[in-house]
Amino acid sequence: MVIGPSGSGKSTFLRCLNLLEAISGGHVRINGVDLADKKIDINKIRQKTGMVFQHFNLFPHKTVLENLMLAPTKVKKVPADQARNKALELLRKVGLSEKADAYPDSLSGGQKQRVAIARALAMEPEIMLFDEPTSALDPEMVGEVLEVMKQLAKEGMTMVVVTHEMGFAKEVGDRVIFMDEGYIVEQNEPLMLFDNPQHERTKLFLSKVL
Amino acid sequence: MDFRWDIIQEYMPFLLKGTLYTIGLSIAGIMIGTVLGLLIGLGKITKSKLLSIPLNCYIGFFRGTPLFVQLLLIHFGVVPAITGETNVILATILALSLNSAAYIAEIFRAGIQSIDTGQMEGARSLGMSSAQAMRYVILPQAFKRMIPPLGNEFVVLIKESSIAAVIAAPELTYWGRAMASQYFRVWEPYLASAFIYLILTLSLSYLLNKMERRLDTK
Repeated sequence: MVIGPSGSGKSTFLRCLNLLEAISGGHVRINGVDLADKKIDINKIRQKTGMVFQHFNLFPHKTVLENLMLAPTKVKKVPADQARNKALELLRKVGLSEKADAYPDSLSGGQKQRVAIARALAMEPEIMLFDEPTSALDPEMVGEVLEVMKQLAKEGMTMVVVTHEMGFAKEVGDRVIFMDEGYIVEQNEPLMLFDNPQHERTKLFLSKVL
Repeated sequence: MDFRWDIIQEYMPFLLKGTLYTIGLSIAGIMIGTVLGLLIGLGKITKSKLLSIPLNCYIGFFRGTPLFVQLLLIHFGVVPAITGETNVILATILALSLNSAAYIAEIFRAGIQSIDTGQMEGARSLGMSSAQAMRYVILPQAFKRMIPPLGNEFVVLIKESSIAAVIAAPELTYWGRAMASQYFRVWEPYLASAFIYLILTLSLSYLLNKMERRLDTK
C-alpha cells in the first residue's frame, strides 16, 4: 500500500514499476530484473504486470468481452475461444457476467473499474499495480471495487496499491509505504504505521486523514 | 434570355466522359493521398527530428503554395524530368494526391492526438507494442473522429480537380470550356458542369454522413 499527500510522487513511483514513467535515475528490480536496464523487453515485463488506472482507460470502441480478449489474443496469441472462456470466467469473478456484450460507456464507474481489473487479470499477471483505483468513483461504488481487490489479495496476488482509502490500506496491506515530496518517508506493517507512526510528517498526514 | 438546352444535350456525351475522368482522378487522388497522408501523419507523431523536419517542409510547401502552381510545376517539370514526356493524367493525379496528402496528414495527426493518452497507456500496460496499441486501440477510435474532416477534404479534392482543365486533362471542366468556346456561350456549359459537380459532392457528403452515423451506433 502506498499512501501520501497529493503530488508526493505515489503515482510516479507506481508508474516506474512498469515503465509508463521513464526512470530518470536509480534502479527498479522486480524478480531480479532491473527495469532501468535499457536491454530489457518492457512489453514482456508489462505482460506479467497488470495495471489498473484511476480513470479506468477501458477501450470504448470494444465491448466488455472484447476489452478482456484483446491483449491475450493479440499479444500472447491465445486462441479466441480459450481467451473468451477465460474472459467470461473473470467477469463472473468480478460479478459482471451479464455485461459481457455491453460497451463501457453504458457501465457505472464501479462496474468500469471492475472490468478494468478483469482486463488486467486476463493477461494472467504475477503482479498487479493499482493507481488510485477508487479515486474517480462515486462514494457508493468504492465498496464494490475494494471488495474485488480484497478477494484478489486473499488469493495471494502480489499487489502494489496507491490509495487514499486508509481503512482499506490498514486492513488489506502487508506493508504500507508513506511518501512525501518524492521520497519514501516511512514504511512499516500497517498496524505499526497507522497506530504508531515514527516520523513527524507521517503523524501530521495521518492526523488529517484519519 | 434564351437557354439552349440543345447544345447541352449535344455535349452531354462529352460532359459525361469528363465526369468519369473527374471521378477517376478524384478517387486516385483520394486513395493515394490518404495512404500518403497516413504515413506522413504517423511519421510526425513519432517526434523524431530526422523525420519531422522534412515532413514539416513537405506539409508547409503543399499547404502554403497554390495547387495551380503545384500542378504547373509537376506537369511541366517533375513528370517530364522523370518520364521524359508530359502526361496530363499522371500530373493531375500526382498533384492532387501530393497536395491532399499534406492536409490529410494533419487530419490524421490531429485525430490520433485527440485520443486520450490513457488509451495508449491502457494498451501498453497490457504488454502491447506501440504498433499494436496504435492499430487495435488508437486508430479505430481516431478514425471515427476523422470522418468529418476527411469527408470535407475529399469534397474539396473533387472540386479542385477542375484545375486540371488548364493542362487539358479531359475532365468535366475541360469539356465545359470546350463547349463554351465552340458555341460562344457562357451559361449553358458552366451551369451544366457546375450541376454535375454538385451531384458528385452532394452524393459523397450523403455517403459519408451515413457512414458516420453507422459507426456512431457502436
